[in-house]
Amino acid sequence: MAGDGIWPWLFIAPLVAGISVFYFWPVLQTAFYSLTDWGVFGGWTFAGFANYVTLFADPALYLSLGNTLLYTAIVLLGIPIAVYLASLLNLPGLRFAGLYRVLFFLPYVAMPTAVAMVWRVIFNGDFGLLNHALAIVGIDGPYWISTPGAATVAVAIVGLWSSLGFSMIVLAAGLKNIPPEMYEAAELDGATRWRQFRSITVPLLTPSIFFVTIITVISSFQLFDLLYAILGSSNPVLPKSMSLVYFFYREGFVNNDKGYAAAIAMVIFLIIGIVTAIQFRLQKRWVQGD
Amino acid sequence: MTDRTTFVRTRTVDSVPAPVLGRGAPSTTARTARTRRGRRGGSHVVAHLVLGVGGLLMAFPFVWQIIMSLSTNTEVQSVTPVFWPAELQWDNYARVFDRLPFLSQLQTSVTITVIRTVAQILLCTLAGYAFARMRFRGRGLLLALVLSILMVPSQVYLLSQYQLVQGFGLLDSLGGLVLPGLFSAFGTFLMRTAFLAMPAELEEAARLDGANPFQIFWKVMLPLAMPSISVLAITTVLWSWNELLWPLVVTTFSEKMPLSAGLATLIGDRTTDYPVVMAASLLAMAPVLILFIVLQRRVIDGLASSGLK
Repeated sequence: MAGDGIWPWLFIAPLVAGISVFYFWPVLQTAFYSLTDWGVFGGWTFAGFANYVTLFADPALYLSLGNTLLYTAIVLLGIPIAVYLASLLNLPGLRFAGLYRVLFFLPYVAMPTAVAMVWRVIFNGDFGLLNHALAIVGIDGPYWISTPGAATVAVAIVGLWSSLGFSMIVLAAGLKNIPPEMYEAAELDGATRWRQFRSITVPLLTPSIFFVTIITVISSFQLFDLLYAILGSSNPVLPKSMSLVYFFYREGFVNNDKGYAAAIAMVIFLIIGIVTAIQFRLQKRWVQGD
Repeated sequence: MTDRTTFVRTRTVDSVPAPVLGRGAPSTTARTARTRRGRRGGSHVVAHLVLGVGGLLMAFPFVWQIIMSLSTNTEVQSVTPVFWPAELQWDNYARVFDRLPFLSQLQTSVTITVIRTVAQILLCTLAGYAFARMRFRGRGLLLALVLSILMVPSQVYLLSQYQLVQGFGLLDSLGGLVLPGLFSAFGTFLMRTAFLAMPAELEEAARLDGANPFQIFWKVMLPLAMPSISVLAITTVLWSWNELLWPLVVTTFSEKMPLSAGLATLIGDRTTDYPVVMAASLLAMAPVLILFIVLQRRVIDGLASSGLK
């Protein structure tokens, strides 16, 4: 193979060295750690699949998986809302569209720990605005951030709020690719706006909807920042409301059980791998279907 | 938005029969557009209502945070909500600097963000260019090694990254904070894609002029890659500024933390001084939010196209 001599090596060397040392090697190391047992004072022994056996019998795994799934399900509710909002945003000649884009996108770029501070107060059981609003319609709101279940719902509401703008923008970009003649033809045939939305927008937007769904699922499974910052690390509800990644963090960095944490990391890896594989499979089918 | 509207109008004019066009294209265009808006006008009211109320709901937490940052702690914790403080407490912003090592955390945030952004742009464009436009042994294998990292959730390498940084004696230091984030598989992927799409003729011309590969990269190709470089810069700045888990793991002293982790230490005190916490959060987010508002279109399109935070 005729090459470019030494040049390409000079170009890639710093990056490939960094990726190898700080990413590639650590992945292999974590896979190995998941098969080891770490003593309290450091040092390790080979443990085979003992960590996995313990993990799959650990109620904490199912609890954190359940919380993560509940969180994901609630955040996914944002997608139909985002489809509707994107279709409004794409109306021809709509004024202030730029302003709306900025408003909806703002939460997505804001620092999670900083927005968590205001949401903690909004969710406060005694003086929070949310319970105050609920009281007006006669509902006695819970102590959101100190009640298991309610805490997950509260964090998920913030998750939905912060990801809605992103989904909306991606979907609006997808909508631009739908030829406007289709709407004109439908209008001539007397199709109502709702009918046009159902029969043109939704089917032609399916690949974009699917894309944001996958992105949302993958990022929801990474839930950590919002949970940690809204609930607070010393919150007694945390062991009941933790996410998979918090469970990993607790075992690896609070309890210092590296082998066990590595096994949790590998399980998260597996779940995300499955979601990604589903995405590849379905995407291929759509491309061929066209 | 403008693009699509223009497109719709051109199309409408095209489909208008010739005799009508004879009466003068501009007025026809205007009339068609008017009919169109007229027909759809009713729905714009609904659109503005839904998007307007939705937009206000999205912005409300920020507004509420500003109001609370200017209230007294008693007003914030009042059982009947106080929607506007009796007197604006600007002093809360001054007290942020007593309550937190705010300036040193700000300095840390700025430093690590600048270092990581510059390093990623430099290393990822160099490697992305070589992977896209140069030929060498083992290219496919090395590229696969880098891109395989894109599939891996960060928890999988976090434990070992921590051990490496600990081994180098870099816990609680700037070096430890920035280190793994200097390198990015995503950035390399992004830049490789950008360079792949460029025409070969420019390179050829520069080569004939006697430029060496680095000069070709630096003077000819790099300027053409600016749109992708700005996407990389935006994603890196946002991620580095907002990131929580890594700083939480590698720092223990609040003076050594960046703002994201420093704010998290404010939670859970029995006697929370809410107005000061709100002021600190607003100050911590402000640089990135201002950057977003200034560059809005570029940030939104960049993030939406990259699909990543």
